[in-house]
Amino acid sequence: MADYQQFCTFHLGDLYFGVEVQKVQEVLRFQEMTAVPLAHDVVAGLINLRGQIVTAIDLRRRLALPPRTPDARPMNVVLHTDDGAISLLVDEIGDVVEVEDGLFEPPPETLRGIARELVGGVYKLEERLLLILDTEKTVDLAPAAAE
Amino acid sequence: MSDMDDVVNEFLVESYENLDRLDTDLVSLEENPTERAKLASIFRTIHTIKGTCGFLGYGKLEKVAHVGENLLSKLRDGELVLDADITSGLLAMVDAVRKMLGSIEQTRAEGSEEYAELIELLTKLATGTNERLEKPGAASKTPAAATDPASVDPDPPPLGAVLVESGQVSPSEVEVAHRKQLAGDPLRIGELLVEQGVVTHDTLRDALRKQQEKQQEAHNSSVADTSIRVDVGLLDKLMNLVGELVLARNQIVQYNARQSDNTMSAASQRLNLITTELQESVMKTRMQPIGNVWSKIPRVVRDLAVQCGKEVRIEMEGKETELDKTIIEAIKDPLTHIVRNSVDHGIEPPDVRAAKGKPREGMLLLRAYHEGGQVNIEIRDDGGGIDTERVRKKAIEKGLITAEVAQRMSEREAVNIVFLPGFSTAQRVSNVSGRGVGMDVVRTNIEKIGGQVDLVNQPGAGMTIKIKIPLTLAIIPALLVTAREQRFAIPQVSLLELVRLEGEQARKGIEFIHGAPVHRLRGNLLPVLHLTRELGLEQDVWRPIADDESLEIVVLQADGRPFGLVVDSINDTEEIVVKPLGKQLKGLPIYAGATIMGDGRVALILDVLGLAQRASVVSQAADRKRADAKRDEQETDDAASSLLLFQVGRESRMAVELSAVARLEEFESATIERSGGQEVVQYRGSIMPLVRLASYFGREAEPGDSSIVQVVVYTRGERSIGLVVDRILDIVEESLVAERRLSTAGVRSSAVIQGKVTDLLDAHAVIASVDPTFFEELVAA
Repeated sequence: MADYQQFCTFHLGDLYFGVEVQKVQEVLRFQEMTAVPLAHDVVAGLINLRGQIVTAIDLRRRLALPPRTPDARPMNVVLHTDDGAISLLVDEIGDVVEVEDGLFEPPPETLRGIARELVGGVYKLEERLLLILDTEKTVDLAPAAAE
Repeated sequence: MSDMDDVVNEFLVESYENLDRLDTDLVSLEENPTERAKLASIFRTIHTIKGTCGFLGYGKLEKVAHVGENLLSKLRDGELVLDADITSGLLAMVDAVRKMLGSIEQTRAEGSEEYAELIELLTKLATGTNERLEKPGAASKTPAAATDPASVDPDPPPLGAVLVESGQVSPSEVEVAHRKQLAGDPLRIGELLVEQGVVTHDTLRDALRKQQEKQQEAHNSSVADTSIRVDVGLLDKLMNLVGELVLARNQIVQYNARQSDNTMSAASQRLNLITTELQESVMKTRMQPIGNVWSKIPRVVRDLAVQCGKEVRIEMEGKETELDKTIIEAIKDPLTHIVRNSVDHGIEPPDVRAAKGKPREGMLLLRAYHEGGQVNIEIRDDGGGIDTERVRKKAIEKGLITAEVAQRMSEREAVNIVFLPGFSTAQRVSNVSGRGVGMDVVRTNIEKIGGQVDLVNQPGAGMTIKIKIPLTLAIIPALLVTAREQRFAIPQVSLLELVRLEGEQARKGIEFIHGAPVHRLRGNLLPVLHLTRELGLEQDVWRPIADDESLEIVVLQADGRPFGLVVDSINDTEEIVVKPLGKQLKGLPIYAGATIMGDGRVALILDVLGLAQRASVVSQAADRKRADAKRDEQETDDAASSLLLFQVGRESRMAVELSAVARLEEFESATIERSGGQEVVQYRGSIMPLVRLASYFGREAEPGDSSIVQVVVYTRGERSIGLVVDRILDIVEESLVAERRLSTAGVRSSAVIQGKVTDLLDAHAVIASVDPTFFEELVAA
């Protein structure tokens, strides 16, 4: 019998991403954010999540993708990590999908740049490819740029 | 089973508290061995522990406590006098008891150790006059004596009353005995009643026991009725809830301001008041006097002093100063560490002290006081202070800084090297300190709770470590300001004043010194930052101000330095709940955290010190300027300063400012060599010229032991010059009132210090006579 994994999926432009479902605390619509001047430029701001302050990371910027249109309202995929909750800003939330282990393949050698570091692998689904995001590396920012 | 557990836990908590007090009591008793009240209280503590553990079946613990009690009873009765041996023995007993309690806490058993040696030691200490162990029957022969152990307790109920209550005697019989007593009969009531034949010895003994129990009860109930033990976790939860309530209150109050429902307004008003009161009360439940932490320190100091062969007296001021429990917990280790450092490195061995003209006994002062919503804790010793030269060298050796950086460092920065991770000046690693995990950990721990550590170094005269910490961590008053439509909170502890300039004033408010903006605040130049610019939101912020615009300056203080912060607008003050920032934002020293505002949005809290450091308000340049200004002040003004007094020649008293002196040294005359007609010694790997002040001033050197020379060392960078004096006399705090200017070269002026005419040495002139470039380098650096 083949083993199955569950992923919470979302869209960034034409890319289709997945995060292990156990790592996701909740998904939220657009939230008001407070910008943090001087922070690393992938930090989009701070969100008030029921009294808890959560850092939001713009996944487009993290993956060096072109920015959203100014009036787009990104959604939040809130992950729980050892250091508390952290939110990833994505274009649109997808479904929770169950995929078979046999479909997994490590990222191709030709994948370069930041995506090479953050994409842990690919599931070859029938209709499209599901990129699996390495959440630990995604939220681990190099020491914030000073300026 | 769980009932028993409760009893044991209660016993443990109570015993720990008592033991902590015991440590302090014993050490203070050593200084004042005849203080009966203290002895009695120590005796009582051990007695209670012995009694309870006997009841709970902890035999070993009981045995140890028992011999301790014997020894204590001798002390209390004056048969023995407390000395260092006995104190050590008793402290060892306290340790053993604590160890067993620890083992009981973990395993519910006393552990396998037998403590035979300790028991023997204590017995030996108590023997010699060890006849007066309770003799059976003594109680019945002289019944009144049986009450002796308890006689230190507050008024027991009268024995007569006890007997009457139990129906053994009638009130009239007691009355008869009482009258006899009043008539001058020396016997006690109990004895009189036995004599009258109304009671037997046995009933009397029962009554006496009952009397003691009653007294004990009264003693206990008075405490038990007014206080209960509460789990700290519960208090923490309560505090968090109050924090959330404060936020909700802020939201409601803000909403209320926008509507006009009277009932709602009244309710909101009330909610506001009650929340504030609740917050204060909950905060109070968590307040503890700092004495709770300090109580452990005398013991630490004593043990350490004995270990390093030093004599240290400890003084405490402001024991009752209260702090939040979490803060108390957080400062416990740093405080102990600082104290250990002071004893180990700071205070010199008695002989060295005596040679320097200080009292043999070192002094360690702990001081705590409230100031402006913060608690200040000072740890001061009168030891050798920090030798910045040695610190620099060590830091270079360890590769913490480069020689070039070390050279450029101001004194203040050099002192702060001790806070670098991995730094430790101890020559050898002792079990006391010198593991290199010292002061940096102290600083980190204190800054973690929003505190600041400052070091005031007086080379040769001691060191003061000042710790400033907030009263509580959870809720702080803050000022809200705006920069580019975004709100920021500034903790009010750093706030000095608010300045608002309008119209013409606003246009002229900011002036520039080579591009650096400043504001003239009551005649003083205040460096100014623009928040928008500091946040990197916009670089070009100093545009001309329009007529209807105003300039808002928040005057803040970081590290004791005032500076102005220009903001777009100043909104309001609010109580905010500090919430930590995520790991991704930890590298930004400019923020202290974030909070949730009344409207539910997040606002960042500015870290004033981080902001000042980022903008270099707190820097070396500022430091040097300040130091120079201070020096000028000392030369012209009558500000108090520390002076080093010494003797030159047979009878000339001279003084120099201690702050300029790097070190006091002693050299054997044999080590003095000559180089180019100049006396020199090898000093720290380089050659140090010596100037004999007596011959400089053409005075006859003091006859006597000349095998050792006393040298006042001045240091600039790698270079040192030693001034040879005949004797170091003293270090005094004195305001310099120049009495008369002198024309003598090398003397700046003379003054009356300690009732004697003292010449103020012009060290610059003297040194320049040997090495004209010595001070020039400072100017160039």
